[in-house]
Amino acid sequence: MEAINNLISGGVVQDIMFYVFAALTLLCAILVVANPFSRSPVTSAMFLVLTIISMSGLFLLLHAFFLAAVQILVYAGAVMVLFLFVIMLLDLKEEQRRKIKFFGLAAGLVSVSIVAGIFIKSLASIKLTAEPALEGETYVLGKLLFTQYTLPFEIISILLLVAMVGVILLSKKKLE
Amino acid sequence: MDWNFIIFSLVKLAIIVGVVQGLVAYSVLAERKISAWIQDRVGPNRCAPPFAKYIPILGPLLTRWGMFQPLADGLKFMFKEDFTPAGVKKIYFFLAPAVAVIPAMLTVAVIPFGSVMGSQKMVLADLNVGILYTFGIVSMGVYGIVLAGYAANSKYPFFGGIRSSAQMISYEISMGMSVIPVLLIVGNLNLSKIISWQADNGWLVMYAPIAFIIFMVSSFAETNRTPFDLPEAETELVGGYHTEYSSMKFALFFLAEYSNMVSSSAMMVTLFFGGWTLPFWGLDHPATSLAMGLAHIGVFMLKMLFFMVVFIWVRWMFPRFRYDQLMDLGWRTFLPLALVNILITALWLWMRS
Repeated sequence: MEAINNLISGGVVQDIMFYVFAALTLLCAILVVANPFSRSPVTSAMFLVLTIISMSGLFLLLHAFFLAAVQILVYAGAVMVLFLFVIMLLDLKEEQRRKIKFFGLAAGLVSVSIVAGIFIKSLASIKLTAEPALEGETYVLGKLLFTQYTLPFEIISILLLVAMVGVILLSKKKLE
Repeated sequence: MDWNFIIFSLVKLAIIVGVVQGLVAYSVLAERKISAWIQDRVGPNRCAPPFAKYIPILGPLLTRWGMFQPLADGLKFMFKEDFTPAGVKKIYFFLAPAVAVIPAMLTVAVIPFGSVMGSQKMVLADLNVGILYTFGIVSMGVYGIVLAGYAANSKYPFFGGIRSSAQMISYEISMGMSVIPVLLIVGNLNLSKIISWQADNGWLVMYAPIAFIIFMVSSFAETNRTPFDLPEAETELVGGYHTEYSSMKFALFFLAEYSNMVSSSAMMVTLFFGGWTLPFWGLDHPATSLAMGLAHIGVFMLKMLFFMVVFIWVRWMFPRFRYDQLMDLGWRTFLPLALVNILITALWLWMRS
């Protein structure tokens, strides 16, 4: 009994959960782009949903409950449903038969390595300080967004607005 | 986190799942009974095992009200042939019912169904982001329906799936927007805190009636109940997304729909009708004795059952929307209304502060 108590409270379970979620995230992410069993876009989309869900599991382990919930709500619940909606209306057969082109593969690898390079560089430059305050986290996040990061926040909002107006304009049949 | 926590959580989990399943089974019976009364019929009235009539006092009641109908339905579902039509996408065909049920069952995890009993809070997971969690899980519910429609490899289920995904996304937005006034007033995302605020200041439906109306109608749309049951519109789409399903797989879709009903009734009670609190008989503060804890759970169940009956009543009283009317209501009526509601609530709070 005592041993089990120690095991649970000692963070061992958290560590195990981290590795489980991390492995799931990586596995599902690989299956999104390179699934050896199926080339159906719907399968890829479903694995992307699983990737997002396991990533929100990682957020949970970091006690970032708000981010985890928003991750599922926005990406898995709304964006991916729209993806699926569009994919299902497309001609799936043609997409499954399509050959992988060398140029596409090379371009993909190059862009992935560039992003990975930026990621590693920025990770290396982070100095670990004391753990941030996580209680009342939604409040803290909101306060940060509207004080310290107001300008980037507003710029992103305007970007989204512009994109929205553009989409509405494009999807109208006649422009005049 | 210790050993005690795990044991009590497991017990609570077992009770919640058991109660929700029981509610689902008997809300099917209630649905049939209420529809019968509305349509001037009798409804299920004779399903009972032969020994039931020999039970003293209770016997005649048990045999007359069809109290064993859910049991018979369950057995029937289990013993029917589990038929897999040719040409279905097998994996998704098997997966879809499960994907539909899991989110439906997960939502109840954060709902405080009572105050305290002893030292235990009567909620499975007292999350700080309770509302967002529920919305996240509810939004996952659409995958079961979409996958079912896609897997069946047949026209009508596919239409059902497509309709469902469009409908869910449209109403999720107005549903999410409709609770923002509640969050503004209370200033917290935790469902327990929302209830304790209501215990102090009165039920939120009095502060945000428009929010409640939008929330209720949107939850009808989210649970695919009439007047929003276009994904399974019998007259147009045969049976919609579950046309090709039979036996227990079909039953799982049924279970998902009714569990969704249970959890959205619970959400309405929690957000707008004070959860387990009652303004009189001293029931408005956390329980100090076991009896009061039980009374709180009873109050919560009663309020929830009321909304379940409303769900059923609406289904048999109102015709289905046309698809363009549905979209129009979601995007052109509810969304602007919810936005204006947020603005007005914010202004009101600003004036008061």
